[in-house]
Amino acid sequence: MIWAGVLVACASCYALKLAGLSLPARLLQDARVQRTVPLVPIALLAALVATQTFATGQHLVLDVRAAALAVAVVAVLLRAPFLVVVATAAATAALLRLL
Amino acid sequence: MAAAQISSQTRRAVIRDALGIGIASGAYAISFGAISTAAGLSLLQTCALSVLMFTGASQFALVGVVGAGGSVWAGAATAALLGARNALYGLRLSSVLEQHGLKRALAAHFVIDETTAMAIARESPAESRFAFWATGVVLFTLWNLGTLAGALATHLVPDPKVLGLDAAPPAAFLALLAPRLRAREPIAIALAAGMVALICLPFVPAGVPLLIVALLVALFGVLRSPA
Repeated sequence: MIWAGVLVACASCYALKLAGLSLPARLLQDARVQRTVPLVPIALLAALVATQTFATGQHLVLDVRAAALAVAVVAVLLRAPFLVVVATAAATAALLRLL
Repeated sequence: MAAAQISSQTRRAVIRDALGIGIASGAYAISFGAISTAAGLSLLQTCALSVLMFTGASQFALVGVVGAGGSVWAGAATAALLGARNALYGLRLSSVLEQHGLKRALAAHFVIDETTAMAIARESPAESRFAFWATGVVLFTLWNLGTLAGALATHLVPDPKVLGLDAAPPAAFLALLAPRLRAREPIAIALAAGMVALICLPFVPAGVPLLIVALLVALFGVLRSPA
């Protein structure tokens, strides 16, 4: 089941890349498309941050992940590299669980 | 061959930049390999994502949704929605790359944030093509090596929660989001999207809040008056 989803997702992402190179420019140059598409990653990434921090399954929860996210926000504001942001967040959660 | 029109100085500069971006991405791929494995994907599935999908935010989204207990199909839909921006990059690159047939099919796989940024930063089409391919090849290599390293390392850990790896995905998404928040409107959209997702969450299956948010932001983009 996971494999099917993985392969379909890979094929979809590839098709989107190829479409950009192949489709007639006027289809993608439509002002509404140009305006809307860049907003999608902003909304989705923000929704992913929220749901992956404050939920377990279908339940809203507040646990060490919120503290880990707060540390990640500080790391991002300090312009830390990607791996440092992720590693400090993970380390925060691990340390708080040890306490 | 296009490369003949480029000075060796320019080529060296492009390759230096590509290596810089590649090493940063390789490090980022290590965290992808670790998060994917911790989310329950096999080593082979994790590596397949980096080889076949090769677009970071989408890969993180798919394994993030699966790791949070959502269906792989909700994860796949989110990955595809995040990949839609690559179509716009392809549009910008198509006039520069001018590739056809097999070469276009291969070029398409490399159409991502970093290769687009490197290609459009160059002055001439020949330089842009060189920057695109150099960045693509370097990135693809280091991205996959990083993924394998992260996945292998995580396989050795019996419980990924001990390392706090369940807290890693939100930080990864935040790091991907931050560079896009340089104006008031994106910040407002991000805050609204986060709240809508949390409000929907108790009422729909895991992963579905993301699709609701995507639908709403698409409606917002299409319906609002032109800027």
